[in-house]
Amino acid sequence: MPENCIYIARSSAIAARALAGEMMVMNSADSTFFTLNEVATTIFQAADGHTPLREIVRDKICGQFDVDPVQAQTDAEQFVTELSSHGILLVSSQPLSSETNREAP
Amino acid sequence: MAAPRKTCVEIGGIPIALSTCDEGFLDLLRQRYAGFLSSSLPEFELEFDLTSAGPASDDDVRVRRNVDDDEWILERGDFRARWAPRTGRGHVRQNANPYSLDSVLRILHSMILAERGGFLLHAASAICDGRAYLFSGVSGAGKTTMTRLAPADITLLTDEISYLRPSADGYAAFGTPFAGELAKAGENCTAPVSALFFLEKGSENRVDELSPAEAVRRLMRNILFFAEDRGLAEKLFATACDFVGRVPIRRLMFYPDARVWDAVRNFDRNFERKVARNNERNFARNFQEAPEHA
Repeated sequence: MPENCIYIARSSAIAARALAGEMMVMNSADSTFFTLNEVATTIFQAADGHTPLREIVRDKICGQFDVDPVQAQTDAEQFVTELSSHGILLVSSQPLSSETNREAP
Repeated sequence: MAAPRKTCVEIGGIPIALSTCDEGFLDLLRQRYAGFLSSSLPEFELEFDLTSAGPASDDDVRVRRNVDDDEWILERGDFRARWAPRTGRGHVRQNANPYSLDSVLRILHSMILAERGGFLLHAASAICDGRAYLFSGVSGAGKTTMTRLAPADITLLTDEISYLRPSADGYAAFGTPFAGELAKAGENCTAPVSALFFLEKGSENRVDELSPAEAVRRLMRNILFFAEDRGLAEKLFATACDFVGRVPIRRLMFYPDARVWDAVRNFDRNFERKVARNNERNFARNFQEAPEHA
């Protein structure tokens, strides 16, 4: 999948809570549990299904954190792949429908 | 056929009527939950039919929602139960084994609590100086050991399954009849929760901080919950996060002798002093930052 075509959305099968600056995400289908760091939380919160990952990295990650853009894109893709394998994020080459989106608190 | 007879068992402030036509089983119920019998008006009712059934094993318990009939099905080798939350009534087919009975009640309470912001925790709990302390951990971590080491002025709530409900100022722990290795029911009383310790045996007594994320992770791992239901799982997750935000949670490394209870008492005193110091600091900062003519 070309990197400029990656769209991500939060799965409807998750619950997320921010506690003491950390984002905790649970896949409610199998109760697996993940803790996201600050950068991962930024990507997770920006996963609206309509904004390409490349744009999220450029505007949200490189805009807020002192990171190399190429490395940030590579790390973001790795992160997205991992979370999608656990059913936390949905990944598509097309914008994702709004029914899969849910606001993280 | 004789009309069913009832007894009411109140655990965690939730009275449940248990009814059966079998006099022997009714006696068993009354003996097993002797400290928890209640004259309160039952909120729920379970009717028991006795049958011969297979062996008990927590591994194969299954709790699923029957969407068509708006009820829950609770199944294990030794019992099958139907439970309708809307009417508050259920029907259980099981053998006369008291362990089956305990399991059905635990599952039912875990589901009722999930809806009410509480939960059952795989933890020992006890009241010390009017406050409840919880001791959780994997099997062998020391839950029963902690209760065996407790001084005489400690009130045991349970050595196995702690019962927790939200309260105005945090959470309250209740005694349960669900016993572990100690084979002794807890006292039927309640107290506000002072702290939850995750136990690890070691060469010294030491209390360590846990990050909120680690606390939630450990808590979720030790909450008793069987229902295959996304909505309830999400509620439980929200409850766990709330609990972590309101109750101090620590790792307690302990050397198994009676001095560990000094560490528990001292933790509470030190924690209260720390909170008081923080409050004083906050007051001082607010005071300094307040506009002169506010």
